[in-house]
Amino acid sequence: MITIEHLTKSYRKFKALDNINLSFERGQAISLLGPNGSGKTTLIKSILGLVIPESGTIKIGGKEIKKDWAYRSQIGYMPQIGRYPENMTIGQVIKMLKEIRKDCTRFDEELIELYNIPAYQNKTMRSLSGGTRQKVSACLAFLFSPEVFIMDEPTAGLDPVASEILKEKIAKECANGKLILITSHVLSDLDEIASHVVYLQDGKLKFYNTIDELKFLTGEDKLNKVIASIMKNEQPKKLITV
Amino acid sequence: MKNIIAIIFLGWAISAKAEVIKVVATPNGIHNAVRKAHNGDTLLIKKGFYKEHDITIDKRLTVIGENFPVIDASNKYQALIVTADSAVIQGIQVQNIGNTSIIDMAGIRIVNAKAVVIKNNKLIDNTFGVYLQNATRCYVANNTIHSNHKDELNGGNGIHAWHCDDLLIQDNDISGHRDGIYFEFVTNSHIISNRSYENVRYGLHFMFSHSDTYTQNIFKDNGAGVAVMYSKHVVMYNNSFLHNWGDASYGLLLKEISDSRIEHNNFIRNTVGIHMESTTHVDVKQNLFQDNGWAMRVQASCSGSNVIGNNFIGNSFDVATNGNMVMNVFDHNYWDKYDGYDLNKNNIGDVPYYPVSVYSVITEKIPSTMILYRSLLTDVMEQVEKVLPTLIPDKLRDDYPLMKKAKL
Amino acid sequence: MRTIIKYVLLDLIKNKTVLVYTFILAALSVSVLATGSNTSKGLLSLLNITLLFVPIISMLFATIYFFNSVEFIELLLAQPIKRKTMLLAEYSGVAFALSIAYLIGVGIPVCLFSYDLASLTLILSGLFLTLIFSALALVIFVLFKDKTKGIGAAIITALFFTLLFDGLLLSFIFSFSDYPIDQPLLGLISLNPVDLARILVLLKLDVAVMMGYSGALFKKFMGSATGSIYTIFCMSFWVIIPLLMSAKVFKRKDL
Repeated sequence: MITIEHLTKSYRKFKALDNINLSFERGQAISLLGPNGSGKTTLIKSILGLVIPESGTIKIGGKEIKKDWAYRSQIGYMPQIGRYPENMTIGQVIKMLKEIRKDCTRFDEELIELYNIPAYQNKTMRSLSGGTRQKVSACLAFLFSPEVFIMDEPTAGLDPVASEILKEKIAKECANGKLILITSHVLSDLDEIASHVVYLQDGKLKFYNTIDELKFLTGEDKLNKVIASIMKNEQPKKLITV
Repeated sequence: MKNIIAIIFLGWAISAKAEVIKVVATPNGIHNAVRKAHNGDTLLIKKGFYKEHDITIDKRLTVIGENFPVIDASNKYQALIVTADSAVIQGIQVQNIGNTSIIDMAGIRIVNAKAVVIKNNKLIDNTFGVYLQNATRCYVANNTIHSNHKDELNGGNGIHAWHCDDLLIQDNDISGHRDGIYFEFVTNSHIISNRSYENVRYGLHFMFSHSDTYTQNIFKDNGAGVAVMYSKHVVMYNNSFLHNWGDASYGLLLKEISDSRIEHNNFIRNTVGIHMESTTHVDVKQNLFQDNGWAMRVQASCSGSNVIGNNFIGNSFDVATNGNMVMNVFDHNYWDKYDGYDLNKNNIGDVPYYPVSVYSVITEKIPSTMILYRSLLTDVMEQVEKVLPTLIPDKLRDDYPLMKKAKL
Repeated sequence: MRTIIKYVLLDLIKNKTVLVYTFILAALSVSVLATGSNTSKGLLSLLNITLLFVPIISMLFATIYFFNSVEFIELLLAQPIKRKTMLLAEYSGVAFALSIAYLIGVGIPVCLFSYDLASLTLILSGLFLTLIFSALALVIFVLFKDKTKGIGAAIITALFFTLLFDGLLLSFIFSFSDYPIDQPLLGLISLNPVDLARILVLLKLDVAVMMGYSGALFKKFMGSATGSIYTIFCMSFWVIIPLLMSAKVFKRKDL
C-alpha cells in the first residue's frame, strides 16, 4: 500500500530522515516508535505531503505522490495538536471538512456518535478542552472512511474512556483491512492493536518487525518491555528485516 | 448707463416714424438696403443666408434680424462695420470672419462711434467677435460669441475694446476665443453678468483700464484664468472664477493694480485663486476660496493690501509668498486648517494662524518634494514648524482667525 | 477554495480584534466627519488614519492569524487540496474580512457624510492597502517558521513602508534636487504601496496644486488619468506579486 524508498530529509545540518526504506500493507497496524526528534513526525508528514523530501520516493497504491495531491483522499490524518480557528464551532468544522471533501459521499460518523459530539456542536473551538479537541481530530480522521490512517500521538490528552473508544475503533478499521500508522511514545496503549513496530532513531531506521517477532526475540510479553529491553541491549541490527 | 438707455429709447422713438426696409437674401441685398436707407430707418433682415461682407453702417440705422439671418464673410473678410452713432444691430448671426495678420478682422466692428447697441446677436467662428475701437457709451448685450480657434496666435478676442469709455458689456456668452473679453485703455465701463469660458488664454484680459467695474461674471475653464494688469480703481465683486488649471493659470492674476476692491467673489478649483504681483492698496474682502491649489499667492512686491473676512476652505495651500517681508494685512479670515482654540468664545481664535505652510515653502524650492505631500512625514514637519517656525515667514499671520465661516 | 474562504470568514467575523478594528475605524470616521462642517478636512484626517493604521493593523493581524492557523492549515492540507488553493483561500478570507472591516468602518461613514470622487478614491486606497499588506503578511508567513520572528518582521515591514521609506525618499530628493529626478521619483514611489495609495487620493484632492508645478512629467502624470491608472496598476502588482511569491515559496515549504 505504501512504499518508501531512500527517503532523506534534512533541516539545515540536522538530518531528520536518513535513507529510510519501508513498505506497509493493508491490514497492518504499524506503531512508529522512537525518542523525541527521531524523525517520526517528519516521516508521517512526508507521507502526507506536508514535508517535501530531499530525495527518495513515496508511493501510495503504486503511485508516486510527488506532484499529485489527490492521493490524500485515501488518508485520514489525526494531528498531534489539534488547533482550529478559534471562533468556529465544532459543527462548523465538521461541516467545513465535509464540504471540502465533496468527493466523499459515505461518511463514517461512528466515532462522532460514540463521543457524543452533536451534544456540543455549537461550542466554539476556543472554549473546548484539549481532550475534546483531540476527540474532534479523531472524528475527522475517520469521517471519510479512508484506506490509510495516520495518527500522531492519538491518545495523548484523551481521557481513558475516550482513549479506549478510539483504540477499539482503530482495531475495527484494521480488521477491515485498512492500513494504520500510529506514532506514540506511550507504548502500553498500543499493545493490543499494533501488529508491527517501526523504530526510528536520529533519523535512521533501527528496525521494522512484527510484534510477535519482537516478543520472540526479546522474550518479553509487553510491548514497552520489549522496547525497553531492545534499547538497553543496543542490539537491533539483526532484527532488521527490511 | 442711464444715458445709454435714454438713447436707446430715443432711437426707437425716432425710428417709429421712419421707414422700415425689408431685406431678403439677394446678392448684395444688405449693401443695397444700407445705401438706400436714411438716418433713423430700420432694416428688417429676413431669415436667410447672406454672403456679404464689409457692410459699413454709416447711418443711424436699426438693423434687426428675423430668426437670425446669417451673414457669412467666407473666411476672408469682415462683416459689419459701424461708424455711425446710435446704430443698433440685433438678432443677426455673423460667421466666418477672415483672419489676417495685417488687420484684426471682426464680426461687428464699431469705429469712432457713440451709443451703438449690439444685442441678441450670434457671432460664430470669427477671429474677433465684437470689436470696439474708440467707442463711447456703447451697449453690448446678450450676444453669443463662440469660436473654435484653438491656438493663441491666430485667434482673436470675443469682445475687444480699445480706447473706449463708458461701455456696458452685459449678459454675453463668450467661448473659444483667445481672450473672452479684452480691455485696453477702457475707462468707466461695466462688465456685468457675462459668461466667459473655455477661451484659449484669458477669460477676461484687462490692461491700462481704469475705474472699471465688473460684477456677477462667471469665468470658467479658461486657459490662464483672468488677468487684470496695470490698472487702478478696478472694482470686482460677485464674480466666480472657476476651474482654471495649469502651471501659468490663475483664477485672477493681478499685476500692478492699485486702489482696487475684490469683494464677494468665488474662487473655486483654480490652480491659484488670486496671484498678486506689485499691487498696492488692494482690498480682498469676503471672498470664498475653495478647493484651490493655492488660494492666494502674494508676491513680496505687494503692499498695503487688506485680506479680511474671507473664507479659505479645502485649499491645498492657503497662502504662498516669495519673501519674508510682509506689508499686507491678513485678518479676520476663516481658515479651515486652523486648529487653535477660542477660550473666551468670541468666535476669534486665541492664537494666530500662519497661512503659509512649511510644505508650500519647501515645494516652492524643490517642486519634486510635492510627491511626498500629505504623507505622515510631511505632517510631522508641519507640526514641528507650528511649534518652532523656522522656514515660514512668521510675520505673515492672521492674528484674529475666525472660528466659524464668515458670512459672505 | 470557496468553502475555505467561507469558513475563514465565518471565523473572522466573530474575531474580537476585527470587531474592535472596525469599531475604532468607524468611531474615528464618524468623529472626524460629523463634527467638522468641512468634509475635505475630515477626508484628509481619514487619509492619515488610513495611511497609518491600515498597513500596520492589516499586516500584524494577518501575520498573527496566519501563524495561529498553522495547525489548521496542516490539517486541511492532509485533505486532497492543492497547497496553492489552500494558501490563497486562507489569504482571501483574511483580506476579505479586513476589507469588510474597512468598508464598514470608513466606507459607510464616508459615503454618508461626503460622497464624492475623492472619498471613493480614499476607500479604494484603503482597500488596496488592506489587500497589499495582508499579502505581505502572507509572504512573511511562508518565509518564517517561527511566529515571534514573523511578527517582528511584520512590524519592521509596516514601519518601513509607513515612515522610513518616505524619510529616505525625502533625503534622496534633497540631495539630488539639482538633477532631473522626476522620472526616477515616479519609479521609486512605485516601490512603496503606502505612497501609491496616498498619491491616488492626492490626484483627486490636490490636482489643482499639482498643476502648478512646471515639471512636465509631473504634470502629465498628475494632471491626467494616466497617474491614477498607473497608480492602480502598480498597487495591483503589489497585491499579485507577493501572492505569487508566497504561493511559490509555500509549494516547497515544510510544515
